[in-house]
Amino acid sequence: MCYIYSESFVAETNPVDAPSDNKADHVHDTMQNLDSRPAPYVKDQTQEAAEEERQWEATEVKEADHVPDTMQTPDVPPPTPAKDQFQEELVIRPLHSGDIYASFQFRTMWDTDFLRGSKVSHYRLFPKSLGQVISKFSVRELHISFTQGYWRTMQWGQPFLPSPPGAELWVWFQDTVTDVDGAWKELTNVLSGIFCASLNFIDSTNTVQPSASFKPLGLGNVTDQRFLRYAVLPREIVCTENLTPWKKLLPCGSKAGLAVLMKSEKLFHSSFHSQALHFRPVCQDWKCKSTVWELRQTLNVVFDLHTSGQGKREWSLFKMFSRTLTEACPLASSSKVYVDVTDNPQGELFELSPTTPLLSQAVVLGDRRTYSVYDLTNQATFGQTRSLNMLLRWRAAESGDMLRPLLHGERYVAGYGLQTGEIHTLMYNNHPYRAFPVLLLDTVPWYLRLYIHTLTVTSKGRDNKPSYIHYQPSKDRLRPHLLEMLVQLPPNSVTEVTMQFERALLKWTEYTPDPNHGFYVGSSVISALVPSVVAMDTNSTRECPLFSSFFPCKEESSYFMRVYTEPLLVNLPTPDFSMPYNVICLTCTVVAVGYGSLYNLLTRTFQVEEPSPGLAKRLANIIRRLRGVPLL
Amino acid sequence: MAAPLTLLLIVAVTIRAVLFRSSLAELIPERVEVVSPLNAWKRVVEGLALLDLGVSPYAGDVFHETPLIIYFFHFVSDYAEIVFMMADALTAVALYLAVKDYNKTVFRKQKYALEAERYPLDCLELIRTPKEMYYIPLKVAMFYLLNPFTILSCVAKSTCGLNNAVIALFILCTVKGSSLMSAIFLALATYQSIYPLTLFAPALLYLLQRLYIPVNWQRSSFWLFTTQYTFMYLGSLCVMVCLSFFLLSSWDFLSSVYGFILSVPDLTPNIGLFWYFFAEMFEHFRLFFICVFQINVFFYTIPLSIKLKEHPIFLIFMQIAIISIFKSYPTVGDIALYMAFLPAWNHLYRFLRNIFLVSVVLLACSTLFPVLWHLWIYAGSANSNFYYAITLLFNVAQILLVSDYFYAYLRREHHLTHGLYLKRKDGSEATLVLK
Repeated sequence: MCYIYSESFVAETNPVDAPSDNKADHVHDTMQNLDSRPAPYVKDQTQEAAEEERQWEATEVKEADHVPDTMQTPDVPPPTPAKDQFQEELVIRPLHSGDIYASFQFRTMWDTDFLRGSKVSHYRLFPKSLGQVISKFSVRELHISFTQGYWRTMQWGQPFLPSPPGAELWVWFQDTVTDVDGAWKELTNVLSGIFCASLNFIDSTNTVQPSASFKPLGLGNVTDQRFLRYAVLPREIVCTENLTPWKKLLPCGSKAGLAVLMKSEKLFHSSFHSQALHFRPVCQDWKCKSTVWELRQTLNVVFDLHTSGQGKREWSLFKMFSRTLTEACPLASSSKVYVDVTDNPQGELFELSPTTPLLSQAVVLGDRRTYSVYDLTNQATFGQTRSLNMLLRWRAAESGDMLRPLLHGERYVAGYGLQTGEIHTLMYNNHPYRAFPVLLLDTVPWYLRLYIHTLTVTSKGRDNKPSYIHYQPSKDRLRPHLLEMLVQLPPNSVTEVTMQFERALLKWTEYTPDPNHGFYVGSSVISALVPSVVAMDTNSTRECPLFSSFFPCKEESSYFMRVYTEPLLVNLPTPDFSMPYNVICLTCTVVAVGYGSLYNLLTRTFQVEEPSPGLAKRLANIIRRLRGVPLL
Repeated sequence: MAAPLTLLLIVAVTIRAVLFRSSLAELIPERVEVVSPLNAWKRVVEGLALLDLGVSPYAGDVFHETPLIIYFFHFVSDYAEIVFMMADALTAVALYLAVKDYNKTVFRKQKYALEAERYPLDCLELIRTPKEMYYIPLKVAMFYLLNPFTILSCVAKSTCGLNNAVIALFILCTVKGSSLMSAIFLALATYQSIYPLTLFAPALLYLLQRLYIPVNWQRSSFWLFTTQYTFMYLGSLCVMVCLSFFLLSSWDFLSSVYGFILSVPDLTPNIGLFWYFFAEMFEHFRLFFICVFQINVFFYTIPLSIKLKEHPIFLIFMQIAIISIFKSYPTVGDIALYMAFLPAWNHLYRFLRNIFLVSVVLLACSTLFPVLWHLWIYAGSANSNFYYAITLLFNVAQILLVSDYFYAYLRREHHLTHGLYLKRKDGSEATLVLK
């Protein structure tokens, strides 16, 4: 019953140890052992569900085959010692706008089996605080990102790892979890504490279960969306207090290795800052006999040319981070710095010093890029000064044309006034001749009441009917709208999705403290398999840089891409917050007027009015009554 | 009489058809005075769209119509304009026939009373003549069809028009003495929006009166008929609810329709009293005040039925008016229904105390609604309090109008038994006061 893993893996079962194709020509990496190879990421993000499920089933059987080994001997320690390992990596990419993009990736592999009831008490490289949480809540995959600023795709190209502004959290639970909502609630609160973030604001009103957009990225047979929770907090502000706990999860902390560069006053003095954490199960080796848990911590930052470079087109590690590199993290099995020199083969565009003889090629996001590599585990890299301070000096004033991203999304709110409005989402397919389907996910809070019958999808002036729509209407104060659609984008076109909504008036206690600032609507998520110009490396077990190996890739001709649109800021009508008492009094008065006048007419009868006696006479009568004499 | 009615219907339908074709047809359905979350056409279309997507219309919080309505419009949604125009015409014709029949009954009673010399001599000027009663049914139909509130409601395709038609048919059947049809239509009206439940008492009183069964607890005939009518009513209500269940095979609609009406979760502004009150309410008092406000609507039934047990049609008018003032999501279409009855109480005109003031306030408020809405929502130069103030004033005016008619009705009845020109003990002219 143990059949193959995926199509790409069929080929893999043949001996491919000797890298034969050109992509691996320059692979010079020092890692020798097969065990440390990155896992085959077979998960595909798209819709081919039927095909997918077959594969997942196969995986399940496979897992079940090897599980009994550990199950039967719970007391005996595993025969091989735990193979935890740690890799670190920094990619620097000069952007065409003149800005500079630095992307850190740290990968910790955790070879343990916390699911099988064996209590893990010994942690080597894996952060204990996170490990305990993950095993307590039976988390299968956890993806969390904190982002400040919006990634400008049209200026900067695609990021290695996209993330929406604010905080994003999505979690796949193990299928053994019975009360997923309860676990999710507790988990968000715990994570909120770990990362000093407002994740505790995640509740049922902003949590959804997407049916197709967020499939597991690691190994897994769970495709039932009941075990998936996805939430975005677009309002979350990311700052130092979120960075410090994130750095503490690294084996070396910020004491050694690449992490010494993370000084918050520099990192947050940037156009874009995004820190993320991805936890997932991956294969331990290319045979995928057993799984290990992978924790990837990424930090992406874009430094602005004008604010931090003082307008001079010159970069160095010291200028960016006010630190230089002196050593690799001693615990790291690999520690490298990559600088993207694709556009600069002869050095006419910029000058990079110190030079390095090592070059690497990687196919990332459908594009073959060339990188200069600095291996920090090699003492020669640091040279005489015992410190590495890369310097990048631009020669040309203009940095040439950027390859336009093939997929791009935008979003805005149309209409005026506080009663209704219309959400417009624009999806650009910049591919000159290929159409491809994209999956659009929209989560809209309940207080913007969407009308699904007003949904229109148009491309090139023509109606473009989505082939799949999953719509979950909102419940007031309980859950948000969830809209997922599969839309085919024609080549070289803009597809516009519009939908009308109505703004609700909330209870006065439901407004934020600054109600006239508006309410945020999280980014739309556009997920797509984009046709690739370059043949993609589906052989994901091969050694390749971390930044190019996050999203699993199944076909050679296309690669997975996720694009987040801008979050929206929508104003709602507000009541007057200063006068609840007045309103209660006035409305009750009106009701009392109604009640009073009807009561009056119901209980009284008509009588002829008798003239009332004068004041003197009434006084006299009172005295007479006291005296006991007959009244006047 | 058929010719003027036909003419009226033609005029009314023409006005609506023209408005449907004009640019106002886009604007009016967005007006919060005209449509509420309960009866907006946009939400009916949304419900149908959800049904097409394979999602239960009650899965979300947008659709609050009953299952029968959604199945009704599933077949006729393409002819919605005609349906709503027909509903209005039907309401008008039903009211016309009902008032005509009712006037006959009133006149006959008056004749018997005159023959029995039950009225004091100086009350002759209070006696209603066939001449002045002749045009009343037509006026009622006209008040309904040409009332701007009705026209707006129809052009907005608010399902309030359908509810009004059901209530009008219920009144017609009651007046005609058909207890089964009356019970069925009352059940339908209740099924649609709960509140017409309070019309049960006046209908029962009228039918009893028509069958000359006195309201007497000791009489078995009274109990027999009451039980019979209650069973017909509850039976048809039960059939409708079960039918709804079988249409969608879920009970979701109960909470989505009736729970929504009773617990008022949607605070979209309207002309009623609920929205701002509960937007500003302290959370821990919310339940209490919801109970108070909802009981307030139903509460008046008992004392009014006791006070007006001889006059069930006036009681129906009072109940409809109270419902439309105090219900949780009122629209102008509800007001139009009870206003249609005003010509039927023409003879009370001499006893009305502040009809001028009230009509002026109602008119002023009706024009101020869109103005202040614009200032709040679009111009941003006013805030919610402005619109709220107008709703308060509008409701005070409605309350005064209704209580004024109630006062006038009671006073006329008093005069009919005690004489019009009352004298004090000492022979001087007396004034009548409520004590």
